[in-house]
This record gives sequence, structure tokens and C-alpha cells, in this order.
Amino acid sequence: MNTESISKNNNTELLREIKEETRKLALMEVCGTHTMAIAKSGIRNLIPPNLKLLSGPGCPVCVTSQGDIDSVIELVKESDIILVTFGDMIRVPGSDSSLQEVRSQGADVRVAYSPLDALEIARKNPGRDVVFLGIGFETTAPLIGATIEEARRQEASNFSVLSLHKLVPPALEVIFSDPDIKVDGLICPGHVSVVIGLEPYKLLAEKYAQPCVITGFENNDIIEGIAMLLLQIRKKEAFAEIQYKRVVKSEGNPVAQQILQSVFKAAGARWRGLGYIPDSGLAIRSEYRSFDAREKFQLPEIEDRPIKGCACGEVLTGKISPHECSLFGRACTPLNPVGPCMVSHEGACAAYYRYSPLKGGKK
Amino acid sequence: MCLGVPGKVTAIKENQMAVADVNGNYVDISIIMTPQVRVGEYVMIHAGFAMQVMGQEEAEESLRLMLELQEIRESYANEHREHFEEQ
Amino acid sequence: MKQDRILMAHGSGGLMSQQLIEEVFKKSWNNPYLDPMLDGALLDLPPGRVVMSTDSFVITPLFFPGGDIGKLSICGTVNDLLACGAHPLYMSTAMIIEEGLALSDLKKIAESMARTAEEAGVALVTGDTKVVEKGSADGVFINTTGIGVISSAVEYRPDRIKAGDKIIVSGNMGDHGLAILALREGLSFATPAQSDCTALFRTGRLLEKYGEDVRCMRDPTRGGLATVLNEIAGQADIGIMVREKEIPVSPVVQGACDMLGLDPLFMANEGKMVIFVSAQKAEEILAELKTLDEAEDAAIIGDVKAEPRGMVLIETELGAERILGILEGEHIPRIC
Repeated sequence: MNTESISKNNNTELLREIKEETRKLALMEVCGTHTMAIAKSGIRNLIPPNLKLLSGPGCPVCVTSQGDIDSVIELVKESDIILVTFGDMIRVPGSDSSLQEVRSQGADVRVAYSPLDALEIARKNPGRDVVFLGIGFETTAPLIGATIEEARRQEASNFSVLSLHKLVPPALEVIFSDPDIKVDGLICPGHVSVVIGLEPYKLLAEKYAQPCVITGFENNDIIEGIAMLLLQIRKKEAFAEIQYKRVVKSEGNPVAQQILQSVFKAAGARWRGLGYIPDSGLAIRSEYRSFDAREKFQLPEIEDRPIKGCACGEVLTGKISPHECSLFGRACTPLNPVGPCMVSHEGACAAYYRYSPLKGGKK
Repeated sequence: MCLGVPGKVTAIKENQMAVADVNGNYVDISIIMTPQVRVGEYVMIHAGFAMQVMGQEEAEESLRLMLELQEIRESYANEHREHFEEQ
Repeated sequence: MKQDRILMAHGSGGLMSQQLIEEVFKKSWNNPYLDPMLDGALLDLPPGRVVMSTDSFVITPLFFPGGDIGKLSICGTVNDLLACGAHPLYMSTAMIIEEGLALSDLKKIAESMARTAEEAGVALVTGDTKVVEKGSADGVFINTTGIGVISSAVEYRPDRIKAGDKIIVSGNMGDHGLAILALREGLSFATPAQSDCTALFRTGRLLEKYGEDVRCMRDPTRGGLATVLNEIAGQADIGIMVREKEIPVSPVVQGACDMLGLDPLFMANEGKMVIFVSAQKAEEILAELKTLDEAEDAAIIGDVKAEPRGMVLIETELGAERILGILEGEHIPRIC
């Protein structure tokens, strides 16, 4: 099967068309993986300066509230659990430490590629509690849900999940209903949409007259996605469509959606930068209570302590670009990150710092 | 949260697991979310799970897109020119 | 020796230490410098500038597809000497062995070191062993120190690099890094990727013929190609521009990296060199390199520029330029 659907020729042609755009437009790429793919590809340097690509809040690591990170760190420090996490979380700073740091101090923190690996660790260590840190949007939450169901089947009573999962559509509502944020089109997250399908974006497109294009992650996909948005904008239309047709179906993945329904329920959640958004997070249903780490370990809610000068919130909502944050490149660098936008590999600030030639990414 | 790679399913195993070939690497994946997948089909893999069975892309799509964009831009430019000339 | 595992007593300097040396090391390591078993080796050096290099090896697992810690310890130091433009001649080794290591494993490692050294034309002339308590080492930690001699007038140094020079890599990037990563706990995938662990003396000999047209060489081990390019750009105070589509990466490595969120340009290589050469001779050098097994996938990947000083830029597939930075923190699998 040919997974490269577009020839390089069409790429150049499309890019040329995009370069012809003269109006001032801002397109928001919601997904952190898009932020990074765009930064790595150098597309920003090829599109005209009047066409801005803003980063949105689709970085699940970036939007994990500082208080949530603090409560995980506390759990790990004060108990003998094995904490299993995706690699992305290991360096994210809480108010004064990180998982990487507590690991160096002796805490048992392990990186896994898949939540099933965490279940395997639980199986191999029956005498110890294993907690999986559930981070991610609708792409990843069904996987954790499936793992919880498998844990129940296996009667793995030492396994539990701390769900910090969040949902993308409620965050988009917040973005669009904010009068300070000017967005002309939305580059929608490709893999979240594999699960949720086209429907949530249809509603958004209608309600806010926003062109929405579900886009893939290869260079060709991103160029095509931008082109499709421009076409809608030029035709003065606003609807939701799929660029990433080889993977995304308009109905999404019903099996994954069913898992989300059975294992999780919507709950309010704290988003770094956006604050508290009702029904924007996933809590584990009471039927699966014994696999809910929050219940099991009676985790307290820890207040977010604001970091002086940190403008991650404004970066996440596309209000400012990373270069406009006063800490960027000075007090806040990938080696010494202040906020998650810099620490997370896919954070807008990290992407800018690493990949923008000669602007802010100084040595 | 979006890292995913295509892989070709080479074997279906018990317990809703399968093996996928990602450029020659053989990966154990869960097919809980793609229960009807068959050997030989491609799936999008994320964190050890198959998220969706992949379909054929329509290659002509982007060509059409480019032509449409061009058409609109040119007709807009023409309108402006005519307008200018009328004056 | 009746024990099949290393005990603390093997490190005490007494009878058991002697037995260990007889059974394990003397069996495979024989040469006129080592055989007298003095406290030091008396060496003869040919004329030329003497080069010394040292490295320690703490890799786990000890045995991996394409090699083992023993082979690696010889190749690593040999390659460092070659990178300076020297002929590697002699090597010392110090081993810190964990109590409980299987004797058969230690024997295999010693034999591997002997074989690799012989192929590379170096003599293992002096060594030391210590035993530490269980838990204080991962099986075995090995240090090797090598001595070589630069026989020509040409020294490979970053300050000899000039704007306009070309950059060659001697083969696919990331093979060793991936082979080791796949053996980590928690990653259930089987990869055909093997460590590229090789002593590159053939490459060294080939390049010697080109004299001054070869400016500088370095092996991209920990941190990968990106790290080495940045190091050299800094030390030479020049700019580097590489082209993404010219950098050779095998599809296996690329696929695994795409899956895990890793970048082949940050993955370790143990059998490759990054070589800075004059523009005039670049194509010729490349053609000759490609006749060697160890460099069959060599490619010219970029150029040296006067600006931006100390920085490495990469031309992406789309033809845009962006910064290629160094590795910060660990390079670990991600989902985002």
C-alpha cells in the first residue's frame, strides 16, 4: 500500500498556491504533534508572513496543571508504588520538582511505550502497587480504558490509573468563544479524530463559522490541510472536512468511543493556561473504582501555584507566539524549562526554540 | 498525543493481540479497537494499539485542490483587473 | 577453577585472582608485551606523534545483536584513535566485575575482546580486574585506554576545517541505538536492527592516502550525528548545513523511530565516522569509501559554511532550513 498519497510535484504546486495568499490570516494548529511536525518541516519559513500558524492547546503534557503534577510527585515520594508513565511526562516541572528528579532520589518511576506494558509490570510485581499516569486526549484515553478493562479481566488488583485525560472539543469551544483570539481556520488533530470522527468539528464549524480540516502529520498532509482551509476561506465557506482520509473516517472509531463511554465519564478539569473547564476531562467511572488511583490513594487536589513571568497560558491559546514571552530563551530554555510549553517535546516553545532558525533559538 | 505509524498486520494472535510489521520491525499490538482487521491490512498504531484500519487514499484529490485554488485566485485577480480597467 | 560465578575473592589479589587471570584472560590474550605479567607494559613506539584515548563502557545488556561489551570496548577506543588520525597500536583494559557474574559470560567477553583486538591490529598489553559487591555494577564495567601513533604530518583537528568543505557520513545512522533500545524492558517489538559495532581501521587506512584533504573525523556515538556536528561546529567556529534527504537512515530504523517518537540523528552509532573533507576530493573519497563493507552506505550529507558560526542547520525535505540542535536530556520513547 502506498502511504504517500501525494507526489512531491503536487506538493510544490500546492505550496506555490499557498504562497500566493495575500490576506492576513491566522490558522490554529490544535495538536502538539502538529506543532512539532510543522516546526521540523520548516513549513513556517515557506508560507508567506501574512499567513500565521498559531499553536493551540492540544498538547496534553503542556495543559496538565501544575497542581496535578505536584500531586503525582507527592504520591511517588510518599509511597512505595511503581509509577509508570509515558516518556513525555518525565521532565515536566511541578512547582518545585519533576518525575525525573524524584526518580534520581530513589522513587520507582518507569517509562513505558504502551499502557499494556504497565499492566505487565503489575503482573510481574504482585506485591507492589503499580500506578499508570493517564495523560492524553481522545487518541490515548481509549487505550487506557481498554487497559483498565483488561486489568479487570486479569483481576490485577495492584494496578490502577491516575486519569488526567482531557477532551479536545471543550477546549476548542473556549478558544472560539474568546473574543481576544482571532482564528480564521482550524487544523484539526489527525489522530484524536481517528477516535472522535467528524461530528464534533461539524458542530464547531457551524456554531463559530470556522473552517475545520482534519489533517495528517506528514509534510504532504500539512500542506494539503492548509490548502483546503485556504480554499474554504477563499470561497467564504466554513465547514468540517477530512484531509487525512486514509486513517480518519467520518464516524470515527465506534469501538474506541464505546470504551470511552464504558470506562470514563466527563468531569471538570484544570487546564494549564485555560483554567477550569467543565466536562473537559475524563474521570474513571465508579464501576471501575478499584482501578482509579485517585480513589485508591485518596489523592488531594493541590492548588496551582502561578509561576512568575510564565506565559504558557497565552501561548497555548495562540494569543502570543513563544518569542513574545519574556522568559523565552532566557530564563526558560529546554535545558532549564519553566513551564511545560518548553519542557514538552511538542510544546510550542520547545518547537520554536529548537527549530526556528536564528530567531530566539540562540546558542 | 498523536504519534502514530502505519504498520502491516502479519499475524492475528489470541487475546485480541496481533503482530504488525513497521518497516521490518515486528511489533505486538492490541487490536481491541480494530477487531475486524485481517492479515495483510494496514493499521495506524499508537502506543501499542491499532487505532484504525487504513484505507486507500485518493491520489487525485490534491491535484483537484490545487486547480480549484488557482481558479479562484485567478478569477479574483481578473475581477480586480476588470474593475480597475473600468475605471 | 570450580566456581562458575565471580566471587568477591576473585578480586582480593590472592590465589583466586591469579586463577581468574589464568583461566579467563591469559587463555585469550597473549602477546610479548602482556606475557611477562609485569605491573606495566614496556612498549616500542614507531616514530610519529603519540595519541592516547580512553573510554569506559557500561552498556547493558552485556550481549546484544551485533556485539557485546567486550567488542564495543575495543572498537570504541580504536575508533577514537583513528578519529585523531592515528594508527592504533596498544590497549590497556580495566574491568570492574560485579560479584555473581557468570564465569562463562566473562570468558566470552574476554574472547571477544581478543578477537576484535587482533582484527584491528592492536595488542592488549596490560590490564586490571576488580570485583565489586552485587548491585554495584551491571555485570561488568570496562575501561579501555589506547595508544596510537600518527605517522604522517596530517593531524585530524576541527581547526583545519574550512568553509566550502564537504561532510561525509560513512553509513546508516542510528543502528546501534535502536538495537540497544529494543532490548529495554517495556518495549515489545522485535527489530532486525543490529549494532553496527565495528573497528574502522580500514576506513582510517583509506583516508590516510588523501592526506590534507581529510580535515577532521569523529565517531557519532552517544548523542548521535546531531551532537557530533554541533560539537565540531562549536570547536571549529564554523557553520554546518546538512540536507535531510541525503542523510542515510535504514527504513527499519526510521520506522521504529517514527513509532517511538525518536530521532535517528540523536541515536548512537558504534561503527560510523563523520568525516570533513575538501570539496575537490569529496566525490572521489566517497566512491572509495563505498567499496568498503563498513562504509557501503556512505554519503555526502552537507557543507561547511562560514556562517552561522557554531551552528548546525538542516535543509528539510521541503527545502526549508531549520536548526539541528543537540540532544537535551534523555532520548526516550514518547506518545506525543
